Amino acid sequence: MSTHHIHVTINGTAYEGDVDSRMLLVHWIRDGLQLTGTHIGCDTTSCGACTILVDGKATKSCTMFAVQANGRQIMTVEGMEQGGKLHPLQEGFHEKHALQCGYCTPGMLMAGLALLQRNPNPSEHEIRVGISGNLCRCTGYVNIVKAIQYAAEKMQDSEELSVPAQVALAREASNGD
Amino acid sequence: MIPGSFDYVVASSISDAVSLLQQHGDEAKILAGGQSLIPLLRFRLASPSVLIDINRIDGMEYIQETDNVLHIGAMTREAELDNSDLIRERYPILLDTSSLIADPVVRNWATVGGNLAHADPGNNHPATMLALGASVVAVGPDGERVIPIDEFFTDNSFETTLHPNEILTEIRVPAPTDRSGGAYIQLERKVGDYAIAGVAAYVRLNDAGQVTYAGIGLTNVGPTPIKARNAEQFLLGKALDDASIHQVADMAAAASQPTSDTRGPAEYKRAMVRTLAVRALQKALGRATGGE
Repeated sequence: MSTHHIHVTINGTAYEGDVDSRMLLVHWIRDGLQLTGTHIGCDTTSCGACTILVDGKATKSCTMFAVQANGRQIMTVEGMEQGGKLHPLQEGFHEKHALQCGYCTPGMLMAGLALLQRNPNPSEHEIRVGISGNLCRCTGYVNIVKAIQYAAEKMQDSEELSVPAQVALAREASNGD
Repeated sequence: MIPGSFDYVVASSISDAVSLLQQHGDEAKILAGGQSLIPLLRFRLASPSVLIDINRIDGMEYIQETDNVLHIGAMTREAELDNSDLIRERYPILLDTSSLIADPVVRNWATVGGNLAHADPGNNHPATMLALGASVVAVGPDGERVIPIDEFFTDNSFETTLHPNEILTEIRVPAPTDRSGGAYIQLERKVGDYAIAGVAAYVRLNDAGQVTYAGIGLTNVGPTPIKARNAEQFLLGKALDDASIHQVADMAAAASQPTSDTRGPAEYKRAMVRTLAVRALQKALGRATGGE
């Protein structure tokens, strides 16, 4: 057994700590750093509830050791909301009722974010492929797809529209659902 | 689930990885993408005393075609194959293969080299590389050697002919010719599951439309990845038509050695090999003759 001192930046904050080589990244994030937004679902690399971004790549954090993250940049679901304002994806999940129990939601949000960063205007098929590593046992995915479509539109519009216009657009979109 | 204890070391170069392997011998495992190994460690189906992490070695992730050979760095992530223009345009069988591996999140870390070196009969690349007639490059203390893919897998599950002090560094695939094409098709219960059965087919044709090379590989229908040699031989010199495709599909099914499990009875899997072989050959023929 070896112990390692690691430095990791998570949501812009520098963290460091000593980890056993066998400690999974998700356990360090949840138990070591108390960032419990990231969930553990299946523990078998199947469900995606533990999905985070590692150096910008969607990653199942139950399938990486904490020591492997040394020196890397991580984003978890806690990093999405900025200054008390929900990220468009979070807003989309709210507006489109994309969750019931909420267990898969942090992973869905991170997988959705990775998808939109790579492909800002995905088709429905591309969204379904993009979240195919994340299991939801409540919703049947329909509203999750809608929520990601909502965010994609909003994020594209936000480059052109002022904040009040974005809010109006969000209201319109939610009324129309 | 918590893995058993092990020491973790980072290799800074391929030669560093080789000397670490020499130092630790059979007790060590190479940690590539980790998407198969880490689950095995969590289930405690594997318990190496040392993990040698090769993710920090520069220059092991590349996809490039030179001198009629496609060179794929062993640490190339499956997602890189998914998103490569070169692969999509020139090697669509590899896109067929990578895009069916696990799921997109797993593919961000999973590597082509790991998929082969793990030698799981359920993995996709072994069948495809057997069909393509690929080779792999292994580096050990005495330098590098090139291993034809049909000499890479042994008769035992999860075993290769890599020596304990060797590391797989590159995969080499012959470039397409004017009239060549391949396809990989698998039947799966759901995204992320291993195949119920999978078939890779690759053919080269002469101007008369006769087969000058045929490769057929099978996924998850036996204890090892399977190369359907009789079926390949049968096709040589023949035209690919409905009759020959169905005949060769029967031979591919005969080469499979499925067992009954939660993915279905052996008889069903053998029947699926036949059906998938027909479809893979038809798709390969279409690609070889200019269609999709």
